[in-house]
Amino acid sequence: MNNIFAIATVVLKEMYRRKDFYVLFVLTALITLVMGSVNIFHDDKIVRYLKEVCLLLIWISSLVIAITTAARQIPAERESRTIFPLLAKPVSRNQLIVGKFVGCWIACALALIVFYAFFGVITGAREHFWPIATYFQAVFFQWILLGIVLAMVLLGSLVFTAVSSNATICFIVVFGIMLLGGHLHKLAANMHGVSATITSVIYFIIPHLEFYDLRDWIIHDHGLVAWGPWGLAVLYGLIYSAIFLGFACLAFRRKALTL
Amino acid sequence: MAEFFSTPKNVVHVGHGGRAKSPHFHFHFSPIYLYSCPVKAVVEIKDLRVEYPSRELGQRTKVAVNGLSLQVAAGEVFGFLGPNGAGKTTTMNVLLGFVNPTSGSASIFGVDVQQPIARQRIGYLPELTYYYKFLNAEELLRFYAKIFNIPEREREIRIDEVLKLVELDHARKRLIKTYSKGMQQRAGLAQALINDPDLLILDEPTSGLDPLGRMKVREIIQRLKERGKTVFFSSHELGEVETVCDRVAILCQGELKTEGTVAEITAKHQMNLERVFLKIVGYQEE
Repeated sequence: MNNIFAIATVVLKEMYRRKDFYVLFVLTALITLVMGSVNIFHDDKIVRYLKEVCLLLIWISSLVIAITTAARQIPAERESRTIFPLLAKPVSRNQLIVGKFVGCWIACALALIVFYAFFGVITGAREHFWPIATYFQAVFFQWILLGIVLAMVLLGSLVFTAVSSNATICFIVVFGIMLLGGHLHKLAANMHGVSATITSVIYFIIPHLEFYDLRDWIIHDHGLVAWGPWGLAVLYGLIYSAIFLGFACLAFRRKALTL
Repeated sequence: MAEFFSTPKNVVHVGHGGRAKSPHFHFHFSPIYLYSCPVKAVVEIKDLRVEYPSRELGQRTKVAVNGLSLQVAAGEVFGFLGPNGAGKTTTMNVLLGFVNPTSGSASIFGVDVQQPIARQRIGYLPELTYYYKFLNAEELLRFYAKIFNIPEREREIRIDEVLKLVELDHARKRLIKTYSKGMQQRAGLAQALINDPDLLILDEPTSGLDPLGRMKVREIIQRLKERGKTVFFSSHELGEVETVCDRVAILCQGELKTEGTVAEITAKHQMNLERVFLKIVGYQEE
């Protein structure tokens, strides 16, 4: 665990020195502030649109941070050859992968806390209402989703040589699952033969990232998600993260250290 | 300077809870060390063969190292010589667990090199500087010290000592990306020494350094030798090898051509080390 946290600390240091997060945060903050300060049509309910835009920005920003940060971790180590002095220490390849994952995941948690704190202040100032427990469920769900995405991107970084191709493919896969993942079984029901079977298999294999989208619950004040299903979804996410990490460790076992 | 180096320790003294006792530091060792100490040969390579997939047409594999066997005793400075592509770096990569051998075995302190714990008592300096450029020297050393599980209080003392030793104390807060090449090489040496290693593996440590930098590296190797540390290093600088090495091995096309003390090799071939080297690598003088 010591090695894993030491590696994770370096990932965090790299993140706050690279300034990616600040740029995304400032952009999100600016757009939200502009949206929040405009009183469109003198409609009190307009705050729902503000919430929707703000949450969409948070989702996009956090996914960009997660995918771009995780995609470059292992390739950067291999390209700059910093992996050599590191693995010459008593660090295993598995610890390196898990350390990178933990570092990126903590970085995502920090980003989400800042984003949602800002979101809470802006919307709370307009609504005079702070549903803390719902926000906690939403933030935690999004963090679990980012865990799955990070593990998937780390696995991708060992399969695809170029960082950009890995990041692009992961963006497409993540947005594809978010938009279509929940509807694949309905599509399969309207298909026949092999294509129906393949679509059904894909439906059952892919991690259903759409489970973790609580934006509508926050926008329309649906209250809390029942803790039982919420906990099961968290467990489901952790299992998928572990599976992707396990495959990443396997892929890295005999991988050449140079690109 | 003297307090930087601990007393010679070829045997790890294991205390309660599997901790090794040294005059300065207490490292955590896995129980594997309990039965692997004491060891006579610090590095032991037996019939090592390493093959790579070949990029040439009609050739499936390329042999980088073929049937290499050698031993490095505790407290020895061992020079590993050979022309470019001889298999020196591949052998070092096997010793560090970066490359899996096709056949044969390699162990360090009696532990198979594939076990991460085998690297607990090693310091490694790569040929070129490969360090996190977004960290400063102090942060880099703190990171590596954490990996070696050095307790926090001792960690800070150790960082001060190695930074003073490599004369980077004044630049400890500067990002490594702002360092000159010589400073980066010294930062590399500092990270290799952070765990007070019993075995130092140096891959062409003076490569790219100016004469003053080379002299400093040689001085450090001499001091390590005086303190009973084992040093395994590759170099193209034959003069440097003659000055600091107890024994040398010359590798060519993946095979060990000769091995022994400099005096033994020169006496056997009736010529100086440079001429022996040139003869082995097939250089024909006109």
